[in-house]
Amino acid sequence: MATRAQFETNVMQHLDAAYNLARWLARNDADAQDVVQEAALRAFRYYDGFRGGDARAWLLTIVRNTFYSLHASSAPGMTETYDEALHARADEHTPDPETLLSRAADAASVRTALERLPAEYREVLALREFEECSYKEIASITQLKIGTVMSRLARARERLAAALVAEASP
Amino acid sequence: MNCTEARALLHAYLDDELDAARSLEIAQHLADCADCRARCRALEAVRQSLRAPQLRHAAPAALAARIRAQLPADAPARMPRRFRQWPALSAALAASLLVAIALAGWQAWQSRAHRADALVAEAVSDHVRSLLATHLIDVQSTDQHTVKPWFDGRLDFSPQVKDLGAQGFELIGGRLDVLGEERVAALVYKRHLHMINLFQWPAQGAASTESREQTRNGYHVIGWREGGMQFLAVSDTGDLNAFVEDFRAAVPLGSEPR
Repeated sequence: MATRAQFETNVMQHLDAAYNLARWLARNDADAQDVVQEAALRAFRYYDGFRGGDARAWLLTIVRNTFYSLHASSAPGMTETYDEALHARADEHTPDPETLLSRAADAASVRTALERLPAEYREVLALREFEECSYKEIASITQLKIGTVMSRLARARERLAAALVAEASP
Repeated sequence: MNCTEARALLHAYLDDELDAARSLEIAQHLADCADCRARCRALEAVRQSLRAPQLRHAAPAALAARIRAQLPADAPARMPRRFRQWPALSAALAASLLVAIALAGWQAWQSRAHRADALVAEAVSDHVRSLLATHLIDVQSTDQHTVKPWFDGRLDFSPQVKDLGAQGFELIGGRLDVLGEERVAALVYKRHLHMINLFQWPAQGAASTESREQTRNGYHVIGWREGGMQFLAVSDTGDLNAFVEDFRAAVPLGSEPR
């Protein structure tokens, strides 16, 4: 039987990571809080089934699944508006590092650019760059193959770069 | 490595997800290719852009409180009322003490394991580098009587050098290398087409003399301690076990009659 103390020690300490992922998925505070609260209650309910291992990755998996179940319409690639024409050249074109760096210093424009990426890119970037998950952890959290994680992360960064540069030169 | 391959692996390279050999190939390609270097810098700039602390969202304090309020309470312990208060308290104290002790032990073990792990990773990349960068050997000789004196004066310890020619492991030379922060002796042996790097340096602290084997990125690594020295053998040959057994059984130079 799950006890509060165990849950507190193993799971609640990862609340910041859980909220950060939810926030980047939901893109606003109210929805992110709902997702995390629901995820934490689910985690407590399933805690008996958690057989040790990485509690953070386990909680993040639940957060992600909760987000997609609460926001079914925003499952990856469903309703995202994405300007393909704007970013079409992202892959063959190497953005100028100096321009990028000057944009990188401006956290507000990075936030905007990141929030405009589709959820499937936001989640791999959040897991890798903010939570510093390994490819293997990301693969287990997102239930993707490692190769897919790798290529998704590559596309996510290329698109973020293109968006930052596009913003810099209107 | 060509540009297509390098670009495919560039993200994994920056994320430190490649094995030592691959990382080295990319680093070499980047040194030679301005286009890929520019791409690498651009990627680093993107990663840099995500480092701003404002981009990380911490959970609002009220959220944790709200979740705690919704969690079902634990089932109350069934105990006679008069025993309830303080045994529970002392049990809690004992439990937290146990947790603290376990945690401290686990952390010490983790950091030791982490150090040992890092050393093994470094030994493997030293091995790979020695094969790639034509820096396999500083002193080339199949004669242990040449190799051993070469190290004296270059190191503050005297490495064990053994002739294993009869066992099929030809000594081809030695080299100075660095592992962790230690200057170490690397002996290079050869079996058919396979190279074996045997690193050794003075051991610190007591540890079992039993040899431990592991495999990393396709390379076999065997470590052991003997006579105050730490040894680490690295190779892609499947005969590494035999090599270690033969090396440990052989008489070291200096103790045999001349």
